[in-house]
Amino acid sequence: MIAGLLSGDAPRSRILSALLLAILVALALAPFLFPGTRPLDVAAKVCVFVLLVASYDLLLGYTGIVSFAHTMFFGIGGYGVAIALSRMEPGWGAIALGTVAAVALSLALSFLVGLFSLRVKAIFFAMITLAVASFFAILASQLSDFTGGEDGITFKVPELLRSRVATYYLVFGVALGLFLVLLRIVNSPFGRVLLAIRENEFRAEALGYRTVIYRTLANCLGAVVATLAGALYALWLRYTGPNTTLDFSIMIDILLMVVIGGMGTMYGAVIGAAIFVVAQNYLQEAMKAFSGAMQGIPLLPDLFHPDRWLLWLGVLFVLSVYYFPAGIVGQLRARKKA
Amino acid sequence: MSAPEGALVSRRLDWRPPALILAIALGSLVLVGNPSTWLTLTIAGLAMGLMIFIMSSGLTLVFGLMDVMNFAHGLFIALGAYVGASTVKLFSAAASADSFLANLGAIAPAVLAAMLAAGLLGLFFERVIVRPVYGDHLKQILITTGGMIVAEQLILVLWGPDQIPVERPATLRGSFLVGDMAIEKYRLIAVAIGLAVFAGMMLLLNRTKIGLLIRAGVENKEMVEAMGYRIRRLFVGVFVAGSALAGLGGALWGMYQESVTVHIGASMMVLIFIVIIIGGLGSIGGCFAGAVLVGLVANYVGYLSPKIALGSNILLMVLILLWRPQGLYPVGKS
Repeated sequence: MIAGLLSGDAPRSRILSALLLAILVALALAPFLFPGTRPLDVAAKVCVFVLLVASYDLLLGYTGIVSFAHTMFFGIGGYGVAIALSRMEPGWGAIALGTVAAVALSLALSFLVGLFSLRVKAIFFAMITLAVASFFAILASQLSDFTGGEDGITFKVPELLRSRVATYYLVFGVALGLFLVLLRIVNSPFGRVLLAIRENEFRAEALGYRTVIYRTLANCLGAVVATLAGALYALWLRYTGPNTTLDFSIMIDILLMVVIGGMGTMYGAVIGAAIFVVAQNYLQEAMKAFSGAMQGIPLLPDLFHPDRWLLWLGVLFVLSVYYFPAGIVGQLRARKKA
Repeated sequence: MSAPEGALVSRRLDWRPPALILAIALGSLVLVGNPSTWLTLTIAGLAMGLMIFIMSSGLTLVFGLMDVMNFAHGLFIALGAYVGASTVKLFSAAASADSFLANLGAIAPAVLAAMLAAGLLGLFFERVIVRPVYGDHLKQILITTGGMIVAEQLILVLWGPDQIPVERPATLRGSFLVGDMAIEKYRLIAVAIGLAVFAGMMLLLNRTKIGLLIRAGVENKEMVEAMGYRIRRLFVGVFVAGSALAGLGGALWGMYQESVTVHIGASMMVLIFIVIIIGGLGSIGGCFAGAVLVGLVANYVGYLSPKIALGSNILLMVLILLWRPQGLYPVGKS
């Protein structure tokens, strides 16, 4: 039964299983284990980012294409729900309509971008997506009548979601469900073809798989899941704005999470997102203490300034790409074999 | 006699892209109506385009030669801008003097320091970040993005998070008045420097042995190696020179904007990508044509219909790629 749920892709490492189980239990019981607004906020963010990072891993880790437009789809989901809920009666119908419209837009965009640029090299796709995403971010901040500009949109949610706990369980449930769906996809024959394309595109093509079609499909799938993650995040925050969805720094965060957790494994997304979001919220306090202790030594207090936490994660990122391309999950699995 | 060759490899200049630029310039003269406004816009567009060309030329050559795409290129721009700004501040007495020569005494060290700093960082970057990941595009993108994150944070450590104002030297402020037309002085300087860099690069590429090797390397790397030349050493040289040019562009851009923030690199990166995609990856002539095109179109559209100005670059890119899927001057790779 568990093997079925996990689509036969077991964690394959005792420590990893324990870690995943701990994260699952912590997230499932978050409202009771960690009372208070901030811990619940962190838990919800972990759920959303696990989903977002997992969908990105479908592109980066499984298909081997680098997209910088993932935040764009995340943003489309957020804005879809926000615009629908702020213009219509705040009900489930509005949420459904907003989500469906957002998913349709994401599908169309990802299909177009994919068809247009996935034929050529990975680098070309990365550059095109970077340009398109930055254009979209500018568009969202300029069309202020529609998107609220830099201020974003604050909106009301349906009656049931006024309770934080209920909203949290909606976020948690959808994220968990979609994560299992993604796990199913990467372990299906379709997922195998994606892996084959990543490993040797030429050979996959020679075996009779139209690589452009598979890549475009993976791109669309990733975009749809990112859109749904964006919708969930908007529902949780009851707000959508450029800074929470479209900012390039979020794209960087996603990259960091995928690589640190482990590319090419869905579990890497869970570990990466959990570590990163917790670090984002709690590492800064540790660094503040550390930086304070270093007062008087030149440069060091600046290096450990709480605002510079990204510096250290960036160093970790570069080191992981060099030395542990399979990230934390890969390391844990390799230990078992040794 | 060969005119400045457009593509690195083609024998004869393909006249269509320059004709397109000319047509756009003349067409917008009709749309703008007022010749003096049009001239101001054109000069502004050329200045912007040539500064972008200076920044992007290194990136496109590095890609053409070694198949390496450096997503941290914007970092050299940011570093150049910061070093340039700090140097101008150091020589503020010379910069505020009311004589062009004295001002030059502030600008020259600023530009040289910016190029030196960016070049040295480029050398370090090539050794530490790029060298281990030759031939692996995925890792290149990841590792250079990671390098950019770290370096951006280090710039914040060294210079602080606040926006730094850049003082433009005294004689470069204001405009020349020609009849009823006002032409900003600094823009003319930027155009002059950009054209000088382009001419120098064309001479180097088309008239020297090193240039010949670089062109040959873009076309067929293995063959150059088989002839006994160390393409790797050549590549390090191109990488460092490209980084130094990005630093120069950054310093110029910082003075143009009269302020520097750490985001300058990332925001220019998007424009640079658009330019080198339009031009054809690896082509210097295409990069030049693309940069001028982007600069001009941005300024014309910004004047004619500010609403769609922000999307004009993307639209331009899509249209150009529909016309020539490999860019204006495709590089014939064997």
